[in-house]
Amino acid sequence: MRLDQRLIAEMIQPGTRVLDIGSGDGALLDHLSRFRGCDARGIEIDMREVSRSVAHGLPVVHGDADHDLAHYPDSAFDYVVLQRTLQAVERPREVLRQMLRIGRHAIVSFPNFGHWQLRLMMLFSGRMPMTTVWHTPWYETPNIHPCTIRDFLALCQEEGYCVQQWMAVDEDGERAPWRRSIRLANLFGEQALFLLGRKEDCLPK
Amino acid sequence: MNSTAPLDGGDHPHFTFPDGLDLECGAHLASLDVAYCTYGTLSPKRDNAIVVCHAFTGDQYVAENHPHTGKPGWWSRMVGPGRPIDTNRFFIICMNVLGGCMGSTGPRSLRTDGKGHGTERWGTDFPPITIRDMVRAQYKLVRHLGIEKLFAVVGGSMGGMQVLEWTVTYPDMMLAAMPIATAPYHSAQNIAFNEVGRQSIFADPDWHAGRYWQQGVVPARGLAVARMMAHITYLSEEALTRKFGRRVRRDPANAQAPEASLSMFSDVFEVESYLRYQGSSFVRRFDANSYLTITRAMDWFDLAADYGGELPAAFAGTQVKFCVVSFSSDWLFPTSSSRYLVRSLNQAAANVSFVEIETDKGHDAFLLDEPDFDRTVRGFLCGVADRAGLA
Repeated sequence: MRLDQRLIAEMIQPGTRVLDIGSGDGALLDHLSRFRGCDARGIEIDMREVSRSVAHGLPVVHGDADHDLAHYPDSAFDYVVLQRTLQAVERPREVLRQMLRIGRHAIVSFPNFGHWQLRLMMLFSGRMPMTTVWHTPWYETPNIHPCTIRDFLALCQEEGYCVQQWMAVDEDGERAPWRRSIRLANLFGEQALFLLGRKEDCLPK
Repeated sequence: MNSTAPLDGGDHPHFTFPDGLDLECGAHLASLDVAYCTYGTLSPKRDNAIVVCHAFTGDQYVAENHPHTGKPGWWSRMVGPGRPIDTNRFFIICMNVLGGCMGSTGPRSLRTDGKGHGTERWGTDFPPITIRDMVRAQYKLVRHLGIEKLFAVVGGSMGGMQVLEWTVTYPDMMLAAMPIATAPYHSAQNIAFNEVGRQSIFADPDWHAGRYWQQGVVPARGLAVARMMAHITYLSEEALTRKFGRRVRRDPANAQAPEASLSMFSDVFEVESYLRYQGSSFVRRFDANSYLTITRAMDWFDLAADYGGELPAAFAGTQVKFCVVSFSSDWLFPTSSSRYLVRSLNQAAANVSFVEIETDKGHDAFLLDEPDFDRTVRGFLCGVADRAGLA
């Protein structure tokens, strides 16, 4: 399991219902159901990964974030996870809304477009940046909606989501030390990881 | 074509329920036979039983040579020791469907409605049955075998309809369900194909209003044409092209025609010859009245009908773990109908897996060598069994 998946797993309470959108090879599902007693299910767009997961006994359906979330009932899950995919969906705002409709919490990770290397490349070369994280040319990339950590926070504020936890991590998933300052995290974090709740979770009780 | 010998009922291992069965149509069968085969060993806790539901023209001989045709069981590549449905671990039950012609009560059974002095067969007077009636008959046998809860119910095509019906009619009777290459209702196109098959049987002069055995014949031509047409729907265009292309062979029936002449039917395309063979061999093992009874049961199948047309409501609160499988080139029960089923299961917050197997073999793919499919069946069953703590 990747290190950032381990961080995600730590955000999830044992024994809960989890939907992992883009479950890939099923590593997180397997970990959650085997070691944390979760009822963990997956949605995956790549049919090869789906059949591999199901052949390993994991409940995964073929589908994608843009089209299949609408078919789940309200609050069917405690956590809905979207790993490194938000920037590649057709309608990120709608996907987030669906996630927090069908789940009480949303866990979202995405590559941060505000990283200093990207900023410098744009500044000096005047061309779309290419890094280890952003490694496909603009005309082939599936990442049609890149955003920065601050962009994402602004969207959460606009939608009224409750940011319960957030962290910046580097590409290997090591937690970056910029936890206090959003501006520093936005400059130095390669990936961002958010735990969101619904509006009412942040209201004073 | 050996068309004159009426089918012999033969004796198949079965259990007779003297209390019969109440049918959905309101009729009561005074006595019910359920013919079945089992494989593997029922565990002391009786928790390892899997019901395999056969498709329309299949039967209970899943994993052994067929007593009539001598051919290997229709799913012997799937069911057996070390196979994906592993008889070393699971106890497999397969039953001939109600309305069938391989030992379970059907149109060829003797009437039990007081008419015909107990010596006459039902024929076309056999009451109309539904997929639910089939499943209720199976349920009786499962309980008779002393099984309180099945581990799983598995089946493809019409067998998949029975699987779905099992999960809705007896939702607490199983841990897992695998509906394969199926749909939650029979589509207009499915019904249309069935109707052509039925009309072909009716049009056969040997049909004799359904009482053909009294004349010592069977409506072999009609039944064969029905089978030929249905068989096309089980294959894909790619599969037909790959197997036969446009290849031609000399028609043995016209062998005496001069070699060089081009007459209309002196040569046959290989696909024609294949279909004729499928038709004629089918006639020897299947009863025309069963064909009508079972196709009608499929046509009536609509899981959501009792729930105001809302399929998710049929699955409300279900604890069954589902694994839905479709095949990319299946146009009889296309992936779209499986996806509709999966979305309805999601709406009911059911635990569901869904795999579409990439293949060019069409609807029949679930009976053929598809390694991805085998892995899916094995992995899903083992996964559920391991998590349930099954030995």
